[in-house]
Amino acid sequence: MSALLFLAVAALTIASALVVILHKSPVYSALGLVGTLALIAMLFLGLDAQIVGFLQIIVYAGAIVVLFLFVIMLLNLQEEPEAFAPSALVAFGLAGGIGLAAIVAIGLARAPLPTGPLRDRFGTTELLAERLFTTYLLPFELTSILLLVAIIGAVVLGKKKLP
Amino acid sequence: MTDPAPLSWYLVLSAVLFGLGATGVLVRRNLIVVFMAIEIMLNAVNLTFVTFARSQQNADGHAIVFFVMAVAAAEAAVGLAIILQVFRARATVNADEVTMLRW
Amino acid sequence: MGVEIAIAAGKVVFLLLVLVLQVVAMGVFFERKVSAVIQDRVGANRASIFGFAGLGVVNTLIADPVKFLLKEDIVPAGVDRRLHFWAPIMGLIPALVAFAVIPFGDVVEIAGRTIELQVAKLDVGVLFVLAMASLGVYGVVLGGWASNSRWSLLGGIRGSAQMISYEIAMGLALVSVVLTYGNLDLQEMVRQQGALVWGWLPAWGIFYQPIGMIVLLVAGIAESKRIPFDLPESESELVSGYFTEYSGAKHLMFMMADFVEIVLIAALVTTFFLGGWQVPGLGRTGFDFPGGTHVALPSIAIALLQITAFGVKLVVMTLFQIIVRWTLPRFRYDQLMALGWKGLLPLALANVMLTAAFVLWLGGAGA
Repeated sequence: MSALLFLAVAALTIASALVVILHKSPVYSALGLVGTLALIAMLFLGLDAQIVGFLQIIVYAGAIVVLFLFVIMLLNLQEEPEAFAPSALVAFGLAGGIGLAAIVAIGLARAPLPTGPLRDRFGTTELLAERLFTTYLLPFELTSILLLVAIIGAVVLGKKKLP
Repeated sequence: MTDPAPLSWYLVLSAVLFGLGATGVLVRRNLIVVFMAIEIMLNAVNLTFVTFARSQQNADGHAIVFFVMAVAAAEAAVGLAIILQVFRARATVNADEVTMLRW
Repeated sequence: MGVEIAIAAGKVVFLLLVLVLQVVAMGVFFERKVSAVIQDRVGANRASIFGFAGLGVVNTLIADPVKFLLKEDIVPAGVDRRLHFWAPIMGLIPALVAFAVIPFGDVVEIAGRTIELQVAKLDVGVLFVLAMASLGVYGVVLGGWASNSRWSLLGGIRGSAQMISYEIAMGLALVSVVLTYGNLDLQEMVRQQGALVWGWLPAWGIFYQPIGMIVLLVAGIAESKRIPFDLPESESELVSGYFTEYSGAKHLMFMMADFVEIVLIAALVTTFFLGGWQVPGLGRTGFDFPGGTHVALPSIAIALLQITAFGVKLVVMTLFQIIVRWTLPRFRYDQLMALGWKGLLPLALANVMLTAAFVLWLGGAGA
């Protein structure tokens, strides 16, 4: 992914993230989130991470944000009159964010990250599966239990009358 | 595949996104938008992991991103169910109005 | 670099204009005519040009689109204009883009270059298809939400719940397909179906994965919200469901998205289970008859034969879905959800486990 294309995608990503946190209507925030996630998936593809990029679209943009939109539609949330905290908190948050970005940029300016040549079949399913089923086998199995617990928890919590 | 852009830029972008997400969590009052800002933070971290994976030619970064996605999905499901319950109890999802344990 | 872009653009233009959209047009026409034949009537044949009605082709394929495009674009009051505008577009784009990984031929050699007849050769083609299927939900969700009308909202909620439920069964069917072929790239999957088992039976996926084909077909018809799964746009209940408040060109876009998804499901079933572009006996250099004779053919002729075979299979599967639409009554919503979660999901899971056991027993994937 050439530098110019990266700058364009990065600018769009930051713009989408700003829509998420700044727009008053939750539906537009959710759509901004879809945009951010799709653009990050594009960045993943530019970093030769094919399976992770498409998994990002399937899981995040295709399922999680749909869930968000579902809940917003169910609760019929419209635009809010007062959406933001008092300005002191806003300034504090912005200062923290800018500080973090500045620290990272300065640190990287002193020691930039090397870009190695591409390994064969890097980013494909085979490599990821080899990692998942050897080094990370225990977290893999625990993740499946975690998802089961989350499903049961969500179903129970969604009931009209809690037990 | 052609060479990617300088990888340091990706890290700066993910720091900026993380900062934006954190600002969103602090600043917004709607619980669902706070959740979305948390998702942005998680994605910024994913971007960092994938960048390092590309730099080190190591698929471990991809595996970690896989787990982060699974955990984020589980968290979103349970969190939204909780928000639904809060709405049923208080008829609002504004964080400023959900401050008392009773009433 | 420029030549490669031109070749890719040429492939896209050829695939969409010459193949997919023609089958879509055929689907639209057959929808009217097949429904007429099934219901024992003549069908639309009133519009004519200088008395030439062409068995209803003029009516369906010329008069109807012109009518749609020239109609007034009515946007009701109180709708969210931006979302109302973008919803049909977000419904159509993923359906069209998903064709980027569908192979429509083997290779063709032009001017010394070997061109793969697949627009985007991704290592993870199957995941791309799943990603586009999950993005298709947004057209429904936004169309329902943005229309400021209770029928649309109901249609939108029903539609999105149905689509995400059947995506799971579709994903599991695709997992069993990937287990069978040992590869995520659709072109490699089709190439593996070229062998002749026992000398005469083409090694198509339908013989290796019959349950997978049924699951994918049912889940695909549910994803594209066709009858018997068309509660989101049920004509007798919800006026038009999530696209009630759309008129003119936007309505045409929603209907086109509907038909493009039909052709997409037909293309997926063809690629995974019916041998894609494979013609039994046709290799890369010519025909290989069982007797042992070999008839050599130029590369262009082989490519055209394969594209024609692919097109024929597409039309057959499209016709199948149209006949299903006009034969079966509509499911009730709870029946629909029960079928998705309590019927297809366990069946697809069992199929995955069965396939995995078979592959392990036979010692490795690869048909």
